[in-house]
Amino acid sequence: MSQTLAEKVWDAHIVHQANGEPDLLFIDLHLVHEVTSPQAFDGLRAANRKVRRPELTLLTEDHNVPTQDIDQPIADLVSRAQVDALRNNAKEFGLKIYSLGDIDQGIVHVVGPQLGLTQPGMTVVCGDSHTSTHGAFGALAFGIGTSEVEHVLATQTLPLKPFKTMAITVNGKLPQGSTAKDIILAVIAKISTGGGQGYVLEYRGEAIRSLSMEGRMTICNMSIEAGARAGMIAPDETTFEYLKGRNHAPKDKDWDDAVSYWKTLKTDDDAKFDAEVIIDANSLTPFVTWGTNPGQGVSIDDVVPDPNSFTNPTEKTAAERALVYMDLKAGTKMRDIKVDTVFLGSCTNGRIEDLRAAAAILKGNKVASSVRMMVVPGSAKVAIQAEHEGLPAIFKAAGADWRSAGCSMCLGMNPDKLKPGERAASTSNRNFEGRQGPGGRTHLVSPLVAAATAITGHLSTPDEIK
Amino acid sequence: MEKFLSHTGSALPLRRSNVDTDQIIPAEYLKRITRHGFEDALFKAWREDPSFVLNKPEYKDATILVAGPEFGTGSSREHAVWALMDYGFKVVLSSRYADIFRGNSGKAGLVTAEVSQDVIEKIWALVEKDPTTQITVDLDKRQVKAGDLVADFQIDDYVRWRLLEGLDDIGLTLRHEAKITEFEKSRPAYKPVTV
Repeated sequence: MSQTLAEKVWDAHIVHQANGEPDLLFIDLHLVHEVTSPQAFDGLRAANRKVRRPELTLLTEDHNVPTQDIDQPIADLVSRAQVDALRNNAKEFGLKIYSLGDIDQGIVHVVGPQLGLTQPGMTVVCGDSHTSTHGAFGALAFGIGTSEVEHVLATQTLPLKPFKTMAITVNGKLPQGSTAKDIILAVIAKISTGGGQGYVLEYRGEAIRSLSMEGRMTICNMSIEAGARAGMIAPDETTFEYLKGRNHAPKDKDWDDAVSYWKTLKTDDDAKFDAEVIIDANSLTPFVTWGTNPGQGVSIDDVVPDPNSFTNPTEKTAAERALVYMDLKAGTKMRDIKVDTVFLGSCTNGRIEDLRAAAAILKGNKVASSVRMMVVPGSAKVAIQAEHEGLPAIFKAAGADWRSAGCSMCLGMNPDKLKPGERAASTSNRNFEGRQGPGGRTHLVSPLVAAATAITGHLSTPDEIK
Repeated sequence: MEKFLSHTGSALPLRRSNVDTDQIIPAEYLKRITRHGFEDALFKAWREDPSFVLNKPEYKDATILVAGPEFGTGSSREHAVWALMDYGFKVVLSSRYADIFRGNSGKAGLVTAEVSQDVIEKIWALVEKDPTTQITVDLDKRQVKAGDLVADFQIDDYVRWRLLEGLDDIGLTLRHEAKITEFEKSRPAYKPVTV
C-alpha cells in the first residue's frame, strides 16, 4: 500500500497494536534537558524503576544556563539546583550528559544533529516542543511532557494515537534575502497556530530541496508553532552529506546499509495526504511578526494590520489585544518599527549557517547606538566553528555581544532577558507575551533581517545596508 | 492516579484565544524541581492586572476553566497542567486544544473536554450572569450540563477510559514488556547509541 514518509516511520516502530488502544511506538533516541526531567526521575525513584535504555538517552544543559562566565557556579541558586538535579540524575541512572563547559554542550536540538545522533527514519523525543527540529532528517520527532519523559525513561516506548498527514509543498526558488525562516513564518501565517493540530507536516517541493540541513531544521523546528507536533523532510543527498563522518553516524558497511534504507524513506508517488497546502517561494519576501503569536505575521513590506480587517471575531479580539501588548498602531509600516534589542540565536536560528549569514551583513558595519545585539551560538561546537571562521571578531567589531552556548533570550529563564517594555527583533520561535522576559515585546525575524535591523535600529532587510 | 467519574463546580470564564503555556505558567517558575506547589505561578503575568478574571472574588471557587480556542499552545511544559490542577481546576472546556497540552492533561489527570465554540459562548454568558452557576462535567456520559444547557463533549476514548479507571500509563505499557524486548532484538546495527 502507498504510504507517506511519516506513515513509513511510524509503522517501522510499532511494538504493539490493538483495536481501541493507541499504538505503542519504540523510541530510538530520547533527549533530556534540565527543565522538564527532574519530576520524571523522581517518578522513577518513587516506583523503584530504572532507565530501560541508558544508551539511547542523552542529557544536556541548555534552558537555565547563563551565557557568560560559564566557568563560575551558576549564580541563580534555583537554576543551579535544577542543573545539579540533572547532573545527579545522570550519575544515579548511568546516563550520558554534556554539561556546561563540555565541548559537546549546547541546545539539545543543535547538539543531537551535530553529533550525528539524529538520523533518517528514527523516532526522536524530548521534553521540549521544538523536538520537531529533528524531523529535518526524515525522523519522526516530537515534543513530550514530563509524564511522557518518565514513560520513555522507564519503557523506551510511548503509546500514541496515529497522526494525520499534511503536505506543505513549497514550489519555486527563494528570492535573495528570503530564507527558511521566512518560509515557515509564511506557512504559520497561512495555516494559523492551530492549523497543524493532529497532523505531521511534510515539507516538500523545490524550495525545500534546495535548502541546507540548517535551513531544513529551522523549518521543522517551528512546525509546533503551527500546532503540529512534528514536521518532516524526506532525506536526500544533502542529508547524507551532512551526516557522513559525524561522531555517531554509521561507518563502513553500516553506513551503506543505513543509506540504502534511508533512500526508501520518502512519500510514495500515489500516497494520499489528509491535507495539502501550497506555498510559492518565488514571491516570498522576508516575514516578520507584529503580534503575540507566531501566526500573527506579515511581509516586512506590509503594515501592522487593522484588527477590523479580521472577519473571524476571535482573531479580531486577539489582534486588538496583541496591538495593545505590542504597543503598535494599525497601519504602521513594519519597516518603521524601532527595536531596542536584537537576539541572534536559539534552536531555530543558532546554527553556524545563521551566524555566517548575519556576520556577512554586519561585517564593516556598526550596530546602531540605540540597539544592543546579542549573538548566542546554539552549541559550544557552533561557537568553536565560528571562532575558526573569525565570526566573533566581526560581531564584536560591529558592537554586538558574543556569548556562550544556550537557549539564552529565547525563553526568559536564564539571565538573558528583555526588560519590561523593551522591543526585540529575535531569530527565536515565539513572540508570546513575556516570552523573552516579563513585559518584553518580540518580533520574530530571520537572521538576515536581524542583522540588518541591528544596523539601522528599525525592522530592515539587508538590501538597505551598504 | 485518582479515578475521575464526574465533577460539579462553578466555572471561570476566560475570554481569550491562543492561551499559550507561557501565559499559563511563565518559564521563570519552571526552575522548580517539585511536582506540586505551582498554584502561585498560574497566569502569573495576567494576574498582576487586578481586573483579570482570576482575581475576581466571585470566581475564586471555580474548578472548571472555560477558555477560548487553541488553548495550551506552545511549550510542552507539563507544569502548565500542574499549575491549573494545583490551583484547583479539575476540568478545562474549550473548542480546540494544542496537542501536547491535551496529551499532558490526560497523563496528569486534568480533563480537557472539547465542545463547540457556540457552547463555550453560552457557558461564558451563563457564568458571567451568575458566577455561582453549577456546571457538571460527566466523563462517563461525555456530557456537560450548565443550567438548562446540556451538551455532549469530545474526549479521546482511551484517555477517557484511563481517567475513569485512574490507571497508570507506565504500568499499562509494561504489560507489553515481552513485546518491547522482542522489538529491541530487531533494531538494526546502524542505529546510533549515545555512549
